[in-house]
Amino acid sequence: MLPADLPSRGGREKPNYGAVFSSALLDPEQATPECVAGLNGKTATKRYNVYRNNVTLSLMEALASIFPAVQRITGVEFFRAMARFHVRANPPRSPLLFEYGCDFPDFIERYEYARSLPWLADVARIERAWLDCYHAADAEPLRATVMAAVPADRLAELVFLPHPAVRIVRSSFSAVSIFAANRNEEQTDQIQADDPEDALITRPAHDVVVRHLPAGGATFLTRLIEGSPLAVAVSAALEVAPIFDLSASMAGMIDAGVFTTINDGNPQ
Amino acid sequence: MNAMFKLADSKAPRLLRFPAHSIAGLAGTSFKHEHLGAILAERPAYGFFEVHAENYMGAGGPPHRALESVRCDHPVSLHGVCMSIGGPQRIDAAHLGRFAALVERYEPALVSEHLAWSTHQTTYFNDLLPLPYTEATLARVAEHIDEVQEAIRRPILLENPSTYVMFRDSTMKETDFIRELARRSGCGLLLDINNVFVSATNHGFSAIDYLSDFPLDRVGEIHLAGHAEQTDDQDEPLLIDSHDGPVADAVWTLFDIVLGRCGPIPTLVEWDSKIPDWSVLKAEAMAAQAILNLHAQTAAFGSTYATR
Repeated sequence: MLPADLPSRGGREKPNYGAVFSSALLDPEQATPECVAGLNGKTATKRYNVYRNNVTLSLMEALASIFPAVQRITGVEFFRAMARFHVRANPPRSPLLFEYGCDFPDFIERYEYARSLPWLADVARIERAWLDCYHAADAEPLRATVMAAVPADRLAELVFLPHPAVRIVRSSFSAVSIFAANRNEEQTDQIQADDPEDALITRPAHDVVVRHLPAGGATFLTRLIEGSPLAVAVSAALEVAPIFDLSASMAGMIDAGVFTTINDGNPQ
Repeated sequence: MNAMFKLADSKAPRLLRFPAHSIAGLAGTSFKHEHLGAILAERPAYGFFEVHAENYMGAGGPPHRALESVRCDHPVSLHGVCMSIGGPQRIDAAHLGRFAALVERYEPALVSEHLAWSTHQTTYFNDLLPLPYTEATLARVAEHIDEVQEAIRRPILLENPSTYVMFRDSTMKETDFIRELARRSGCGLLLDINNVFVSATNHGFSAIDYLSDFPLDRVGEIHLAGHAEQTDDQDEPLLIDSHDGPVADAVWTLFDIVLGRCGPIPTLVEWDSKIPDWSVLKAEAMAAQAILNLHAQTAAFGSTYATR
């Protein structure tokens, strides 16, 4: 057993080097820890700052690589300032950096300087969902022939098993169009920002695909993903959108690979 | 050495899912997804690729497709970056489980980690942070290496760090610390020659002396990389292990000296930032291969750790 494992003998235990060294990494106001030194025991502020820079800048870069459309919209300087605030307040809780930034969209929503871009948080939500989809488990999507073989009298009770990579992001703004226009380096036309758009994010084959769902589509798919039978999902979709187009939505969900298998209530 | 053979023997015989490409005497590069097309188009397939384990810890998707295709044609080195072996707290069991699953899945020719740490409590700092060299940290780190080696049922190669500060508490030289770690845990070593050059410059010691003192007989892999130059608080040169450019001339010279002492050892050119076209990175690897080939002609045998 090492000293770090021993119970405290009265008084306070001496903090370990992990606690001491890391205490000032994300806090520029704190002094350089006294445990470190430069050449011949001299002060090591610039030397310690190398670690500070590595930590903060690499995490800002991680956010930039996860949210490239957000960075393109805001510009690099604005993004870096926003990301620096976020990194210092919410550093990663996992060594898997591709999971970082799950709370960045909410941070953007509350970020004072981004209030003039009310749709920015939803664009970030689509980008975060894109990376979740990219790393999700592999599965074979449901084939159209399987659906076509279901007898008509069983359709209403059909239940679908969602693909591990499927994500839905709902927005009161034109988040899908803004995402699509800014994800690449192409020139973009003016976008009307306040048409509500829902995103369907899937990985039908090798690549992640982001689709703009038609009216009622998000309600329909969300119900199915939750395990509601087809008839229940259709009623819910028609309730929110009387123009909901069932056959187009069914074809779209097969094409997008939203589900992997169906269960018609009868054990096969 | 005994510990190593014990670990190797305990590995149950099983069917390989991938070809058992030999890595002995080869040069390799960091594997970057943007190079995948160019790498797969190369015939004949040549050299090895090293991947950062954490990038392949997702459940599925394109990263695994890419690594599978690279692994079919090449030996692969699995390089862990954030196990926090050098930290004061316990190894994260979930992370170690993910690491062991990758070793099982991809059957890498080499498996390595760092003498450093990156997590404190639950905060992950995404950098390789330094540790004091004392009897207490030596015992703790040796335990951590044991734990990792038991989980993956084979020895790891432990990489010497590049550092920018010294700990006032340190009581041992880095080379003594590393030699004793290897002796206690049975691990092999990954000698990062750029790290030696960076640390030697930053802390005012001789890189040649460090290498003379380093247990070269335990080295199973060499790393080469580029670094950047800054200055410290006293305006002395401070080198940064940036992995964003070509290997420095001084590092090539040290590489030649090391190979003269221990023969050809699998050698990786690391390039992780400002990533160039494949042709540029490949040219760096070919330069390393040319030096390896020269030494292969004179060496009687390679390192024990370098062969599968």
